[in-house]
Amino acid sequence: MIHVDGKEFEADSQKNLLEVCLSLGMNLPYFCWHPAIGSVGSCRQCAVKQYKDENDERGRIVMACMTPAAEGTRISIDDPEAAEFRESIIELLMANHPHDCPVCDEGGECHLQDMTVMTGHAYRRFRFDKRTYNNQYLGPLINHEMNRCIQCYRCVRYYRDFAGGRDFDVFAAHDHVYFGRHQDGVLENEFSGNLVEVCPTGVFTDKTFKEHFTRKWDLQTAPSVCVHCGLGCNTTPGERYGELRRVRNRYNEDVNGYFLCDRGRYGYEFVNSERRIRQPRLKQATEQDALVTATNDVLRHVAGLLDGGRPIGIGSPRASLEANFALRTLVGHDRFFAGWSDLEAGLAARVLALLRDGPARSTSLREAEQADAVLVLGEDLTNTAPMLALSLRQAVRRQPMAKADALRIPAWDDAAVRELIQDEKGPLYVATPSKTKLDDVARETFRAAPQDIARLGFAVARQLDKRSPEVTGLTRETAALAKRIAEALRNSERPLIVSGTGCADQSVMEAAAHVAWALCGTGIKAGLSLTLPEPNSLGLAMMEAPGLDAAADALTQDSADTLIVLENDLWRRVNSSFLESLLESAKHVIVIDHLENSMTASAQVVLPAATFAESDGTLVNNEGRAQRFYQVFVPEADVLESWRWIQRLMSAKESAPPLWSDLDEVTAAMAEAIPALASVAEVAPPSTFRLVGQKIPRQPRRYSGRTAILADITVHEPKPPDDPDTPLAFSMEGATVRPPPTLLADYWSPGWNSVQSLNKFQAEVGGPLLGGEVGVRLIEPADGAAPAYVEHVPAPFESRPNEALVVPLYHIFGSEELSVHAGGLAELAPEPYLALNPDDAGRLGLAGGAGADLSLEGEQYRLPVKLDPSLPAGVAGLPIGLEGLPGYTFSGWGKIRPAEPAKE
Amino acid sequence: MERPLTKNFKTGGEPPTIRESESAGGYQAVRKALGGMTPEEVTEVVKKSNLLGRGGAGFPTGLKWSFVPMGEGAPHPKYLVCNADEMEPGSFKDRELLESDPHSIIEGMIVSAYAIQADIGYIFLRWAYKVAELRLRQAIAEAYQAGYLGKDILGSGYSFELYLHTSAGRYMCGEETGLLNSLEGRRATPRSKPPYPQVSGLWGKPTIVNNVETLANVPHIVNNGAEWYKGLSLTDDAGTKLYGASGKVRRPGVWELPMGTTIRELLEEHAGGMQDGLNFRGVIPGGASTDFLVEEHLDVPMDYTSIQKAGSRLGTGTMIVLDDKTCPVAMVHNLEHFFAQESCGWCTPCREGLPWAEKLLKSIEDGQGQMSDLDLLESQCKLLGPGHTFCALAPGAVEPLQSALRYFREDFERHISEKRCPWR
Repeated sequence: MIHVDGKEFEADSQKNLLEVCLSLGMNLPYFCWHPAIGSVGSCRQCAVKQYKDENDERGRIVMACMTPAAEGTRISIDDPEAAEFRESIIELLMANHPHDCPVCDEGGECHLQDMTVMTGHAYRRFRFDKRTYNNQYLGPLINHEMNRCIQCYRCVRYYRDFAGGRDFDVFAAHDHVYFGRHQDGVLENEFSGNLVEVCPTGVFTDKTFKEHFTRKWDLQTAPSVCVHCGLGCNTTPGERYGELRRVRNRYNEDVNGYFLCDRGRYGYEFVNSERRIRQPRLKQATEQDALVTATNDVLRHVAGLLDGGRPIGIGSPRASLEANFALRTLVGHDRFFAGWSDLEAGLAARVLALLRDGPARSTSLREAEQADAVLVLGEDLTNTAPMLALSLRQAVRRQPMAKADALRIPAWDDAAVRELIQDEKGPLYVATPSKTKLDDVARETFRAAPQDIARLGFAVARQLDKRSPEVTGLTRETAALAKRIAEALRNSERPLIVSGTGCADQSVMEAAAHVAWALCGTGIKAGLSLTLPEPNSLGLAMMEAPGLDAAADALTQDSADTLIVLENDLWRRVNSSFLESLLESAKHVIVIDHLENSMTASAQVVLPAATFAESDGTLVNNEGRAQRFYQVFVPEADVLESWRWIQRLMSAKESAPPLWSDLDEVTAAMAEAIPALASVAEVAPPSTFRLVGQKIPRQPRRYSGRTAILADITVHEPKPPDDPDTPLAFSMEGATVRPPPTLLADYWSPGWNSVQSLNKFQAEVGGPLLGGEVGVRLIEPADGAAPAYVEHVPAPFESRPNEALVVPLYHIFGSEELSVHAGGLAELAPEPYLALNPDDAGRLGLAGGAGADLSLEGEQYRLPVKLDPSLPAGVAGLPIGLEGLPGYTFSGWGKIRPAEPAKE
Repeated sequence: MERPLTKNFKTGGEPPTIRESESAGGYQAVRKALGGMTPEEVTEVVKKSNLLGRGGAGFPTGLKWSFVPMGEGAPHPKYLVCNADEMEPGSFKDRELLESDPHSIIEGMIVSAYAIQADIGYIFLRWAYKVAELRLRQAIAEAYQAGYLGKDILGSGYSFELYLHTSAGRYMCGEETGLLNSLEGRRATPRSKPPYPQVSGLWGKPTIVNNVETLANVPHIVNNGAEWYKGLSLTDDAGTKLYGASGKVRRPGVWELPMGTTIRELLEEHAGGMQDGLNFRGVIPGGASTDFLVEEHLDVPMDYTSIQKAGSRLGTGTMIVLDDKTCPVAMVHNLEHFFAQESCGWCTPCREGLPWAEKLLKSIEDGQGQMSDLDLLESQCKLLGPGHTFCALAPGAVEPLQSALRYFREDFERHISEKRCPWR
């Protein structure tokens, strides 16, 4: 119990007073404390009066963030001396702060503004010149305006301590302290974008947002989910005038917490891309390929095709469950195919089986942060599942924290904990074909071909459980490494094994599962995290549809003639010769998608699909968590949600009224038809949900220009667009009380206009949101099940004289299909290359930068060589998704020769 | 009168070599402590002696040592750091010790390290003390050669490695925790306590930081006992003290005198009083970060308790004297300029408040001040008080300012009303 201004409150003595007071809803100002990076006590803003006992009338000023909420603590927030002190701190910060709120991007969501108003400071007594700084170019994503800095040190602590970045630091002293890089240049850390939310003023702001800036109160927002990888981080995209303006973090205590990766934060620009398909079109075979674009005409034509024809549907791992299900309903259960290669299909199905059929629990990102020993097999997490890499950077601090506990240094006393622990790290072992950015915090790294990575994993499992298959023929070093890893895992309490589809090799994931299962067998609660590349990969896998090979069969065996492709560029799924023959066998190709690509270019019919920001749906992340993303804004007239297009096709074909009246009906039908997805119906409140009888507004109360926006088209005030699918409204009118967290997009509370207002929506700061969890886990481990150990482990990798095993490499910017359309990220994507071990390159007569010809799986590539000493001999690396390179997972042997000079 | 700290000083020329030091009694305490006392016994005698830290804070040294974890389970390596980063303006007493008898410091370190069972010692030396640097290096080399440093010292089983580290030159490095951060190669910003350096210090290990003069006292206490040490002083605070005086006195310098010598004796007898034509106006008794005392305080004994009762701090015991022909505003401005520049920039009040105070003082000195500036300066002094800031730099910085406003207010007001500095 603690006493605050005469009242008693329950408090957790492990926390500091600032955390406790904020969690209790009190308004105590602060700057340098951040729930993810703890307290340092430098800003002095959170000053309160502390009293020795009930007789002490004088008290003394202490910083709430540095004072434990110990039993019996007595403080006053309202004490006049403390209040005056806090006001003076603001006055000092304001002395040098440029008064540029009207032109500062942060204005309206600025923590400094909020704290200034909260302390009551108003009049300026400082009459001297302010100190100023030069700004730096920090890359295409972050804008730098140092004059606004209040030296809270959050940026450098977040960037260096939390995110592990090295190219950003604090310089100089006294009132000239500077935060930036040693030299201008692109910030290297993949999580640098979080600076725009970590910075409490406008020093670091979203540069892409600047390109189409609007005030926070003028943004229309909805709760959404990132679509750029399989982790399913929660986001809040904001729109105005039909343009998506920016993406901000949406707190989810189990998934992303307070942060996003840069791909998730900045990839949104594809929604505004010039390559957006805005109208349906039908390419007529006659009249010089004339284009029909009237929706009804196109639909009628397609209905005709479907009526007489034998359509099959190709679903997508980046489309929502509902869209995929709608297509499945249209074409029929047995004529629905998953739009990925058999290789990918196998990988995804294996992930599902491994998570379901064993005792190891599929872990969330938050649980990954808490792991105290980690083994990563095959995944370059920083590029494939970036936020998981960020979680593991925190996980390596878990075991050393025991020292701090022993000396009773509270976990929130960040500087003291870090001083005590120094560079000590818990066990993290990273086994990948090539170097990764997690290597710097790994205890040991292991570079090998995928099959050897799998063999290492199996060897570790065997150390832990003799029922796991034996691995023979290991080198002495590898066997010793397996022993060390097993030892480290055995001596931990919450080990985590991570793998994924990145190596394109099932046995790597199997090996990971075996280690996790073996640990569970010894009574240790091991977690298993298997990453997948796309936002609904696992969801699509749970629909258990066959892959593209079967689709191709259906077309070639003439049991099908019409292809309906949902949100999928099949050229990124399989090699071109396979796809060419598949497309040739299809008489008609209908594509529903957002952006022009090779698929839409060759299709006869293209229907413009609404993006994630313009539609609702459910996605299942790699953890097996089904989460709902909500429509942020209504797209222009002809753009429609994919599932609605499909429904219209069904309607037109049957000449019947629409099967489903709203999204809930689709979800309900799906939950009934597919038992694995039964709980999806619980993910979101029904569309009829109301708060105090009202819908929940997507727009803040101060949203402006409702009539002015359309005044150039019509002076009549239009009715706000209807939203039959959700309890949200495209309006500023509606319920003002706190909605359930699934429906919560915009954090705002009186006096708290910035992202810090999140405090008011949490049951405790840094902890769960008020009102429950977001997302529903669909997969739980089979407790107590005898693990389904395999019988054989892969044979060791053997290099071949004239070929190299080509493994996929990944780039956070460039490998993923949609984010690469965002200008800032495209700038950061590398040029295509072929990575070779220097010895291999030497033997082939190739120097770094030289041109090489690669034949792989029937495709030819000409690429400059990049020397990568970390690659094992006989293994080459090919980056996925870069210009001209496969967008799909592959695995195979390739022939590499020096590029033939062009013949005269 | 016994002068244990300075008895081996030679005026001009080189400091005593190790042989000269030994024949004068040097390294006896090492033999005594390592030869026949337990570490706890050494700590006990230092505790009983009432030796107070000579770096400025005056914390009981033995008590400080007693918080170091000892015994089998204690973390290692443990560190002893000698704070030789003498950057308090007006202080030059440690310099005297380092230049004139470096072996006494080394001996003090070995005995103190033994008391806390430290494995490694660092002398953190101010970069500008080039002479001291050379002499310390020489002395350390001599001590290693003679077997007083290194493994198994004098066959006692106790090992101690000693390194000299020259700092990069910031006032904050003289702050105990700022020093530790700087020694680790990081920015010299302070740490919050708890945890104390005894628990988590250099690289997270148990560490004691002691001032040069403090360490110099230790061998004598071990050799002669606590009662002897207490007997050297005139008051309750024990031992002798290296006092200094600067400003426009006849003989600025450093003198070792019994603890509790009065300001008047120091000023008139040893420093020779004010120069011709000048009168005493005020004094900051312990270096720049202490409060002014004036005429009425001249008979206050210069020990920790008495000076504190008079409204100031003994600090380093090296006083800066203000004469009546020097502008107090200019003097305080100069001091605040130093402090503002030396602020590490970590916490808001010091980082923003000191430069503001400095700008106000400059404005007043330039004849552009306003009466409200004085109220503003006073409120800044209150704001930058102990506990309000992260470390003691700012509270120290405002001590001369707040006392100047108290004792020399008319001078400030004249600057403002006459729109100029009346001393120029």
